Amino acid sequence: MKKEQDKILGKVTGSEYEFGFYTDIEQDSIGKGLNEDVIRQISARKKEPRFMLDFRLKAYRHWLTMEMPRWAKLNIPDIDYQDFIYYSAPKRKKKPKSMDEVDPELIETFNKLGIPLEEQKHLAGVAVDAVMDSVSVKTTFKETLAELGIIFCSFSEAVREHPDLVKKYMGSVVPYTDNYFAALNSAVFSDGSFCYIPKGVRCPMELSTYFRINAANTGQFERTLIVAEDSSYVSYMEGCTAPQRDENQLHAAIVEIVAMDNAHVKYATVQNWYPGDKEGKGGIYNFVTKRGICKGDNSKISWAQVETGSAITWKYPGCILKGNNSTGEFYSVAVTNNQQQADTGTKMIHIGKNTKSVIVSKGISAGRSNNSYRGLVKVLRGAENARNFSQCDSLLLGDKCGAHTFPYIETDNSTAIVEHEATTSKIGEDQIFYCNQRGISTEDAIGLIVNGYAKEVLNKLPMEFAVEAQKLLQISLEGSVG
Amino acid sequence: MLKIKDLRVSIEDKEIIKGFNLEVNAGEVHAIMGPNGSGKSTLAAVLAGRDMFRVTGGKVLYNGEDLLEKSPEQRAKEGLFLGFQYPIEIPGVSMVNFLKTAVNELRKYRGQKQLSATDFLKMMREKKELVEIDSTLTNRSVNEGFSGGEKKKNEIFQMAMLEPKLSILDETDSGLDIDALRVVANGVNKLKSKERASIVITHYQRLLDYIIPDFVHVLYDGRIVKSGGKDLALLLEEKGYEWIKEEAET
Repeated sequence: MKKEQDKILGKVTGSEYEFGFYTDIEQDSIGKGLNEDVIRQISARKKEPRFMLDFRLKAYRHWLTMEMPRWAKLNIPDIDYQDFIYYSAPKRKKKPKSMDEVDPELIETFNKLGIPLEEQKHLAGVAVDAVMDSVSVKTTFKETLAELGIIFCSFSEAVREHPDLVKKYMGSVVPYTDNYFAALNSAVFSDGSFCYIPKGVRCPMELSTYFRINAANTGQFERTLIVAEDSSYVSYMEGCTAPQRDENQLHAAIVEIVAMDNAHVKYATVQNWYPGDKEGKGGIYNFVTKRGICKGDNSKISWAQVETGSAITWKYPGCILKGNNSTGEFYSVAVTNNQQQADTGTKMIHIGKNTKSVIVSKGISAGRSNNSYRGLVKVLRGAENARNFSQCDSLLLGDKCGAHTFPYIETDNSTAIVEHEATTSKIGEDQIFYCNQRGISTEDAIGLIVNGYAKEVLNKLPMEFAVEAQKLLQISLEGSVG
Repeated sequence: MLKIKDLRVSIEDKEIIKGFNLEVNAGEVHAIMGPNGSGKSTLAAVLAGRDMFRVTGGKVLYNGEDLLEKSPEQRAKEGLFLGFQYPIEIPGVSMVNFLKTAVNELRKYRGQKQLSATDFLKMMREKKELVEIDSTLTNRSVNEGFSGGEKKKNEIFQMAMLEPKLSILDETDSGLDIDALRVVANGVNKLKSKERASIVITHYQRLLDYIIPDFVHVLYDGRIVKSGGKDLALLLEEKGYEWIKEEAET
């Protein structure tokens, strides 16, 4: 089997990151570096109202007083924030009115990514907002959604068209003072997605955004804001890729979700940023703050994430369970291979009565990677009968990787019931051999076993994402059995 | 079909198979019997390609080709099936998914079209009836939480699904009650044909009440010390292995 492993390993280390291509497209950028002037320029180029510039500047000034967090089990090299480009947009002469006017190179890029921008994809029933580098390129299905009163557009457009909504909710879940990366994002974010579901409306289709970093030395700082009014429902998904580059790229995003009475928001993401090569050269630094607030009674927010990319991942999508009887869910599969590092998990803050949270985290480590689950379950004094169940499983492939679990539990209410279960397992040679004996190759066997292990989480993803995620899991782990 | 010549196998410098010879032709059923520690399971594992053992000498030809050169999955695709003494649990992987992958790999190898989900489920139903196994087993994860008897029946079911040319059943009868034993034996008998051969490895004679072997071989201390017809099995049952040991050592 040793020989076979070497063969597979060789094959895989030879194979390349599928989305590593670069699109040669004219870019409109602001030069490297960060200062107030750059922020003013970003705001000006985006023709933002005054309140946005003020928000950015306040965030920037606050950021200057902060230090990069070092508590995660991550080995983060020093980052020179003056060495990034903070604004880069595909250049275009005028706003495209139809698909014909969109730069063909850009369409080609999105086709390579399999993004449903065109008519044929209409059938898939997915509304897509595609963000490349910093600017939202085109939002499909807007009219269909508009009839229902649903707003789904780029963040910039929301700032222009719906300033009151943006003003009301932006920073209400993740304030710019929240953490270092949230402050940075608030200062320089360039675009993102905005989604508003009015009272009583059930969004009839999956909403989805694809993010892509294309230009070199660019940081991508997008913001997503989802507001679900009383008794509304929406399922939203995000996908990410980046070209293969030797230098590290920075990604610091913010996602905010607000769910009012009886509202239900499902958020799914498949994160496949370029992870760097097998020696750990290049790759995306992924520092993301995602948080939802169940503001209303009986509301529910579900996070589902499949994390396979990035050189470093620092990310804890959480829920503030403020409304009585509200529910927060977190389902995660995080895969690390080669030299990747991930420190990811969730925060569930129980404030309202009878609030419930469920955490299912499946870590898979291979190569020389390190994979940590870090989760906080906090029950405040007023959260009568709060319930939490956490399950954190780790699967190890080979003997050079690490899996770590850091659960934090703080309860101030004696009626709370908090459960934590954890397991660590290895894919056994016996299991592989059993599959081999039935004619299944070692690679396919790992795919089967890993997908079986992660099934509970994959089942929570929208159908088209689940299929993609399954493939991604197998690709990410190819040749990693030792 | 299978020719084993002077096979020698070691694990960590300890020789377990010490010059083993056997020839199996299509249509034949061979029983290999022997006391504990005689090397029965090692033989089965080596033939299936388990890499923890080191072959130090001899040759194994399967359909005229060197079997030992081939990877375990290659051997499986060419029709070699091992019924495990201790079937492995694979949590989270459903039997349906597992077998669908295996059957389609096999079909790909043979240049056949992939089975559609409907056809595959139909095939599963037919084979389940053939080997009389409880239909709820296939809704569960591979061997997970199965009783000893269920695991063994599941091996026979997989054998029926994969339709191997050469089946090696490693103590498939151990730990079974009479009913389960009957199911296992029935499965083997129903799958018997002129093109196929089986090697049934067992400690006890009782399985051979249900599966009638063409040849019985007694394995002791890494080599075959006696071969004969089915009567040899009865003799062993009556007199135990002691006389064989004595005979072998003198």
